[in-house]
Parts: sequence; C-alpha cells; structure tokens
Amino acid sequence: MTTPNTTPDTRSVIVEKEFPHAPEKVWRALTEGPLIEQWLMKNDFQPVAGHAFQLRMDPVPHWNGVVDCQVVTVDPGKTLSYSWGALGLDSVVTFTLTPTAAGTHLRVEQSGFRPDQEAAYKGANYGWKSFLGNLEPVVAGLE
Amino acid sequence: MPNAADRVFKALADPTRRALFERLARDGDHTVHALTESAGVSQPMVSKHLSALKRARLVRHRRNGRETHYSARQEALAPLVDWIGNYGAFWQNKLDLLGDVLERMDK
Repeated sequence: MTTPNTTPDTRSVIVEKEFPHAPEKVWRALTEGPLIEQWLMKNDFQPVAGHAFQLRMDPVPHWNGVVDCQVVTVDPGKTLSYSWGALGLDSVVTFTLTPTAAGTHLRVEQSGFRPDQEAAYKGANYGWKSFLGNLEPVVAGLE
Repeated sequence: MPNAADRVFKALADPTRRALFERLARDGDHTVHALTESAGVSQPMVSKHLSALKRARLVRHRRNGRETHYSARQEALAPLVDWIGNYGAFWQNKLDLLGDVLERMDK
C-alpha cells in the first residue's frame, strides 16, 4: 500500500495485486453481484455507468453498514470505477486491470481522502473504528 | 481521555481552526496579530482556536518579545494518515478474499 499523493488537498490509497487468472475472470468477480458479495459486501451493483447502488455490511455501533455508491466508469475487462460514500468519506474507487504473462494485475485506487475536514472527523466519530475493527468477523462471515 | 487521532480530527473539524492550521502549514509561522487580520474573527477567538490546535498538538508556539509566534506541526497529521492507511489495509484484505473467490470460480 502506498499514499503517493502528498499534496494537502486529497490523498489516495493504492493497493495492487496480481492474480493467476485472466482479466475476463477477474472482471466478472468485480462486476457480478453474487461474486462481489463473496469478497466485498452485499450489493445491488449493475455494471452500468450512472447506476446508483449500495454496498452493505452488518451494522456496527454508530454506523448502519451502508456504503452509497454510483458507477462512474465501465470499460469491460479494463477499468471500473464508482463513487464510495460512507462514514463521512466522499471518495472514488477505481479498479484497473492489466493483462500479464501470469494472469492479471489489479490496481485499486481509492481517491478523495482530504486531510482536513468533517469527513475525517465524522469518520472518527461515526464508526470507522468499528468498521475496520470488525473487519475480521466480516471476513470470517464471508467464508 | 481521547486519543491523538480523535483530538486531531476534532480540532480540524472546525472550519476556522482548519483555515488557521492551513495558513500556518502553508506560510510558516505567524503572530496572533497577523493571523487575526486574515481570519475574519476577533483576536480572542483566534487565540481560543489556537489553544485548541495546541491541545491537539497541531501547532507550537514561541515567544519573541511581546509577540507569540505560532507554527504548524505537520507531523501531528500522522493519525490522519493512519486513518487513510486503514483503508489500505481494508483493500488489501478484500483483494486477498477476491483471490479466494477467483480460485473457487468455475470449479
């Protein structure tokens, strides 16, 4: 994980991983609701630009477990991005797939972290700790 | 006793304090007097906000004669970076799960 953007305006989180699977297959896991649920959260995702949807996990103290999203970009097999609003954070998540000799390189960038404001404070107050602290049970629950 | 992250978040949640901190972070140190001229609030209010920033350890001050100079402690933003870093951990975790899902698909 890196946070390369160090301007005071916004910061990004970038996570990259390589999978021994074809981009088409990775794309399916990123865009088919039942598959998304298995690794991310329950959802009503549709791979259609402009489609508003929610990602849902079990409520935790001070947070109803809902992430409000809207599809921004759908470039099949290559790029998927959607807005991600939760816990006071107003951000965009972009998945970029690149074919490699062994399979697929996936880059996930979540951008829009602003090092100042209400966003961070609200996040701190309304449950991001619970959200992240409860990651393990959520992960276990997905299995 | 709130932890360091809570103090930082709380201090920066106020727009006036945020503007003061941003000015100090951008332009280096300033006297209360100079800060008041651009803050749009009274000097007692500026002093009050600076005290709050000081409690959150976001600013430091030094006396120079009759004037007090304030400057930003940018390293105090570390808890915020940790907060962002938590999202990095979140995605790393999720991508590991995605790897498992990919293994199970088409079987």
